[in-house]
Amino acid sequence: MTRRVRLALKSAAWAACLAPLGWLAYRFATGDLTANPISFVTTTLGDWTLRILLASLAMTPLRIVFGLSWPVALRRLLGLFAFFYVCLHFTVWIVLDFFFDWPRMWEDILKRPYITVGMLALLTLVPLAATSTAGMVRRLGARTWTRLHRLAYAAGALGCLHFLWLAKVGRTDQYWHAAALVALLGVRLGDAIVRRVRRRRRAAAPAAAGVRTP
Amino acid sequence: MLIRRAERFTANDVTDPALYLTRRELMAGAAALTLLPGESPAAPPAGAPLKAARTTALSLAEPPTKLESATTYNNFYEFGVNKDDPARLAHTLKPRPWVVQVDGLVHKPKAYDVEDLIRLHPLEERVYALRCVEGWSMVIPWIGFPLAALLKRVEPTGQARFVELTTLLDPAQFPAQRPGFFGFSSLEWPYVEGLRLDEALHPLTLLAVGMYGQVLPNQNGAPIRLVVPWKYGFKSAKSIVRIRLVAEQPKVSWEKAAPQEYGFYSNVNPAVSHPRWSQATERRIGEFRRRATLPFNGYADQVASLYAGMDLKKHY
Repeated sequence: MTRRVRLALKSAAWAACLAPLGWLAYRFATGDLTANPISFVTTTLGDWTLRILLASLAMTPLRIVFGLSWPVALRRLLGLFAFFYVCLHFTVWIVLDFFFDWPRMWEDILKRPYITVGMLALLTLVPLAATSTAGMVRRLGARTWTRLHRLAYAAGALGCLHFLWLAKVGRTDQYWHAAALVALLGVRLGDAIVRRVRRRRRAAAPAAAGVRTP
Repeated sequence: MLIRRAERFTANDVTDPALYLTRRELMAGAAALTLLPGESPAAPPAGAPLKAARTTALSLAEPPTKLESATTYNNFYEFGVNKDDPARLAHTLKPRPWVVQVDGLVHKPKAYDVEDLIRLHPLEERVYALRCVEGWSMVIPWIGFPLAALLKRVEPTGQARFVELTTLLDPAQFPAQRPGFFGFSSLEWPYVEGLRLDEALHPLTLLAVGMYGQVLPNQNGAPIRLVVPWKYGFKSAKSIVRIRLVAEQPKVSWEKAAPQEYGFYSNVNPAVSHPRWSQATERRIGEFRRRATLPFNGYADQVASLYAGMDLKKHY
């Protein structure tokens, strides 16, 4: 991938990730944040956190299934944007929704499972964002870093659970998001199994040198 | 460069409301004069003015929620599950002509045309708090008449214990009544609500045909809806076609959909959480800070006695 292509790709991803925020800003400017603006802003930010997080988790499966290598270049950018949106989501909850009513928020975090798992999802993303730089990859070592960043799947699962548990009966969006996560996890799991089987075969038949197993 | 400025005021802002209201009355009066004897006036379109004197004793002193909020932020699952679906799709509902069947355990069952219901009962304006189970609330000036007045007309028999209210079932008028992906439907149709007979006969329980001095807009449950201000909003069934008196407690829609979350009573109660979220506070639409939710939505003085001796944690 040339530098130019890379730059274009990243610019497009930036623009796509900032679009929901721009849309909110536009609706704010035109006084069109619905009759319940705080709830609308909170849910919109939450929706896009989960969508961008799922997008970041889709980059490796795209390589596995379609053999595309370029999406992986966007993985960190998408992951950091998911973190950015979850921080906004959380800030709106604290400042606009509960206006620093700490006892009530704390009670909700402990008592309401959907808020508990949402909180856990946010906390899971903190170490990932903190170790997202190339320097941190070097310091941790590629192996440790890769293991740590599998937490992204845990964050995705907690985020989906948060959505499943808060959605009112009769809605369906929460199931589509969960189905996307299951599909993405399925691809990774299938890939891991295939690779393991191949490795075993290779180990079992060292004599057949020169003959490549598919 | 052309700089567009928002219009700062309209003719309405500079005209004394008393003046233009009188003008409208004159015009309505003139229109009525052109009718021949025995001819009934044309059905009023949604949004047409509807007049009623305010019953101050049963009205909140708080300023009403903005009309625009009350007509664009709605839960009306027959149109869809999103708050803006009802306003967007409401034109598909045809609220006239409309018949309400009142039957079941009554001595005088009858099918009433909604226009006759309006003519038969003196209309009142009542400013009520509306608390949604989702944690937001509004203040709405409803126009209607007590459900009790209609129930007395049909004379419930001694066996009648409950009142079941049914919303129109018509996928042509209610798009979300058509099955979606994999036959999925948000609720079972038609929408059914219910009240105990004493709740139905309570003077606060209203059948509304208008709000904000206007004929009820489609997205708010035209042409006729229930309003029970001490219960969560979903109890107030919209676009009613049938009122049936029954002996057994009816199976109501939200209870059928999620019995562990929604009970038959669904009285507003800050002490009893929804299993997944708190009901201790609410956001009054148009306000920034949350406010504390009141027992029975602030109507405890008038209705708490209906539930004397009942465990409200069990009968949620």
